[in-house]
Amino acid sequence: MSLEELKFTKEHEWVKIDGEIATVGISDYAQKELGDVVYVELPPTGDSFTKGEACSNIESVKAVNDIYTPITGEIVDSNAALEDNPELINQSPYEDGWIFKIKIEDESELNDLMDADIYEEYLKGIIE
Amino acid sequence: MRYLPLTDADRAEIKNVIGIENTEELFSDIPEDKRYYPLDKIPSALTEDEIIKKFKEIARKNCFSEYLSFLGAGAYNHFTPEVVSHLSQKGEFLTPYTPYQPEVSQGSLQAMFEYQTMMTMLTGMDVSNASLYDGGTAAAEGVLLALRKARKKSRILISSGLHPEYIEIINTYINNLDYQAEIVDTDEQTGTVNLDDLKGKMDENTAGFIFQSPNFFGIVEDSQAISDLLHENKAYSIQAVSEAMSMAFLSPAGQKGVDIIVGEAQSFGLPLGFGGPFLGFIATKKDFIRQLPGRIVGQTLDKDGKRGYVLTLSTREQHIKREKATSNICTNQAWCALHAGIYLATMGKKGLNEISKANHLNTAYFVKEVGKYSHIKIRYKQNFYNEVVLEVKNMKVDNFLGELQKKGILCGIPLKWFFPDQQEAILVNFTELHKKDDIDKLVKAIGELK
Amino acid sequence: MNSLPELIFEISKEGKTGYSFSKTEFSDELIAIDKNKVREDLESFPQVSEVEIVRHYTNLAHLNHSVDSGFYPLGSCTMKYNPKINEKIAGMEELSAHPYSPHQVVQGNLEIINSLEKWLVDITGMDSFTLTPAAGAHGEFVGMQIIRKYLSTQGNPRKIVLIPDSAHGTNPASAHFAGYDIKEIPSNADGIIDVETLKEYLNEDVAALMMTNPNTLGIFEKNIMEISQALHKNGSLLYMDGANMNAFMGIAKPGDLGVDVVHLNLHKTFSTPHGGGGPGCGPIGVAKHLSGFLPVPTVDKKEGEYRVEYFKKEGIGRVKNFYGNFLVMVRALVYLLSLGRENIRKVGEDAVLNANYIRKKLEGLLDLPYKSRTLHEVIFSDKNLKVKTLDIAKRLLDFGIHPFTVYFPLIVHGAMMIEPTETESKETLDSFVEAMKEILKEAENNPEVLENAPHTTPVKRLDEVLAARKLQVKWEKEEKS
Repeated sequence: MSLEELKFTKEHEWVKIDGEIATVGISDYAQKELGDVVYVELPPTGDSFTKGEACSNIESVKAVNDIYTPITGEIVDSNAALEDNPELINQSPYEDGWIFKIKIEDESELNDLMDADIYEEYLKGIIE
Repeated sequence: MRYLPLTDADRAEIKNVIGIENTEELFSDIPEDKRYYPLDKIPSALTEDEIIKKFKEIARKNCFSEYLSFLGAGAYNHFTPEVVSHLSQKGEFLTPYTPYQPEVSQGSLQAMFEYQTMMTMLTGMDVSNASLYDGGTAAAEGVLLALRKARKKSRILISSGLHPEYIEIINTYINNLDYQAEIVDTDEQTGTVNLDDLKGKMDENTAGFIFQSPNFFGIVEDSQAISDLLHENKAYSIQAVSEAMSMAFLSPAGQKGVDIIVGEAQSFGLPLGFGGPFLGFIATKKDFIRQLPGRIVGQTLDKDGKRGYVLTLSTREQHIKREKATSNICTNQAWCALHAGIYLATMGKKGLNEISKANHLNTAYFVKEVGKYSHIKIRYKQNFYNEVVLEVKNMKVDNFLGELQKKGILCGIPLKWFFPDQQEAILVNFTELHKKDDIDKLVKAIGELK
Repeated sequence: MNSLPELIFEISKEGKTGYSFSKTEFSDELIAIDKNKVREDLESFPQVSEVEIVRHYTNLAHLNHSVDSGFYPLGSCTMKYNPKINEKIAGMEELSAHPYSPHQVVQGNLEIINSLEKWLVDITGMDSFTLTPAAGAHGEFVGMQIIRKYLSTQGNPRKIVLIPDSAHGTNPASAHFAGYDIKEIPSNADGIIDVETLKEYLNEDVAALMMTNPNTLGIFEKNIMEISQALHKNGSLLYMDGANMNAFMGIAKPGDLGVDVVHLNLHKTFSTPHGGGGPGCGPIGVAKHLSGFLPVPTVDKKEGEYRVEYFKKEGIGRVKNFYGNFLVMVRALVYLLSLGRENIRKVGEDAVLNANYIRKKLEGLLDLPYKSRTLHEVIFSDKNLKVKTLDIAKRLLDFGIHPFTVYFPLIVHGAMMIEPTETESKETLDSFVEAMKEILKEAENNPEVLENAPHTTPVKRLDEVLAARKLQVKWEKEEKS
């Protein structure tokens, strides 16, 4: 899968849009910053969240980080594989390490997301 | 002075290296008129022999040991094998810090891991932490845990059968947060939680109910019935225990539907110590593990694949989460937990079986023997563990206790200390340290007050 | 000690016995509890002989580094020597009364509580004390509650507590549990809070500033009196975290510096043992206008007799069972009596001398982020080093030295916080400096030795990620090691 398909947020989440479903995970930069992931609290399927609301969290040995949903909507699925293998987020942040799928309620919110190349620029700004 | 190894020569050399003339220069940041205040109020140093003499004098002003005591209510006089203190007081257990460098703390960490395990065995739960301050603050932490896990709920129900100090402490803890608490009545006839009142007071905003078993009046509650009722209403069942010895005799809470168990484990080898240090504990079903307060020890491997132990799930704690932590607790009662663990391992399965039963049998014997008197009454004659409520019918409780005190007996704790409407009742406790002779002495002395 | 110690459950065997106690005189017929409430068995519970108990725990003890075995320069922990006479007195049976004993039969114990309170009043210049909190964090929580109650009676508890960026994690956690929101206030380039910055943060929502003094950088907050004045003018209060009191006990008093509420750690400054994580005791001292709000119980002398007050209307209520950690108080009192007027000041002086000696000796080799005057602890950072602070710490273990505090406070990169205390000889300090020199040389020439350290400890570096991923917090019966 190429990164170009993905959109990004300032909080280092990526979003893959498939019709009315958005798949969400965290970027490679984010997983590196976190270090070894030891636990992921997945959002319950059926729960609804507003854009920007904390719906999940990722725990490393040193910190717990909230994951904010980039899209308002209802959770339709979450990655159960992360329960026994949270390290998938470190190993494959864009594929096997996906976190949850959410049904897009308001398409206009997608406009607030960054394209892949803009996210790269944004990262360069941070790293400096 | 023997705790100050620096000699004057050392001090001079150090000052030379640092580049100062006077020691006072080190404190130049402290406002001049506020530093080096006169020390005339501070007494002169005592030598070691003078210390011993002084404290013997102070100890002579205590005369409690002259009495045969039946005081309980959250602090219990049990037998501790000699070997327990001998081991726990080793300098390697007493003087290290929190095991932040696990490679040189495996002794403490493994001992804690064993303690945690034994606590789960006693409580029937999946996980125990490595100590809280005491039973009262543990009760508060248990309540906060339930509220945290229940997320959108803000209400907690508290049984009036909880130790009154535990209720006071819970209130102090939740007073400043956006939570509400309500008391659930105890049925006067049975001495247990009034289930109708519990049902009536529950609503969708209730996160859980905390009850004590055996309760403050000594009675064992029907934890299963209580837990079932709570779960029907999607609320958590929180049990408090002030007499940990009861857990060795009674069915484990985890098998009776309880979600969170908290309490006081002083009974596991810790001296009465005029109230502290004691040992708070918390144990829960595995769903709660990430919300638990306090330290937790976990098993892992080292670089060479050797088994070892570390503090784990630190991301819950204050040094990482700061104001978002599950609790502000840092220093806890770790040494007390280690001591309790050694006690439990030493007494073992057989010792705990025998002694926990002896507590109950002694109490039952007393209840049977005083049954012949009409000037006093045991309020609840069934389902007590090792404490009973004794009602005095023919005189004021203060007189009753005063007369018994003259005979060298501290019969119990007057309930009016805690409940103004219970003027005529006393809480009396029996442990394995009371022999038949002691109990007979109490029975006889009570008989003489007809 | 080469072999791995077994767990007590792995030594356990049916039929072994570790205790001896007289049999009960009564038969099971007397049992007065419903059968379904009684446990069937204590399955899997250990059964071990007394000999094996002694060996098991003795061998576990050998695996621990402790103050009794060596240098323990953990910053902000004050790992000073724990006097053994303290243990003897705390172990006196004549003091180990039931806490609900009628006051007439425990006058000696009540005198002990009262005496220690008086000592602490004299040392800190505060008006009155409560000894009930069980630890520093507990004391912080109690202190913030007192502040809240006081402000409430003034009409408004307010919403925010200001906390410096260098503060210990318990400060914001405790303030949060007392019902406050936290606002972080930055330290200046000298590592302290300056008044102008504070004034920018002051408004009608600010209840208090929680300030550690000396702070976690080991630096005295020299603007404290001006800060106190600015706070009081704003209707706010000054809370002092006294965890670092070892730096100036007997030299200056928080009460003279404008502090409204202070907590002390008996298990730090006052020599009571850390016990691997407690028990401690975190007394709270308050200024006169707050003394009515102390928690229960309080002990007073009335008509020649010590009496106990269990209920105080204006107070914050109860925060702990019974009187607090009484036997910890006993140890602290013995310590103070042993120090006396002649030595109480030397504690702070020697503690500060020792810390400055180490600073001077290591200054050239490690980055010193703050050049201000050091009191009882000194902070270095791992800037310009080829290795991380953690690696240096782990290598120190191979030298039989417990590492300094690492990665705290957060405002210093790779912080190394060194607090030698006054109970260390110059020889110990010199050997620590030598060890550090050797390690730093290794860091230059052979960093893998540090990265793979420790090498000589009972276990090597432990996998904390595995511990958190595959949580195992108790022994399970079918275990294979």
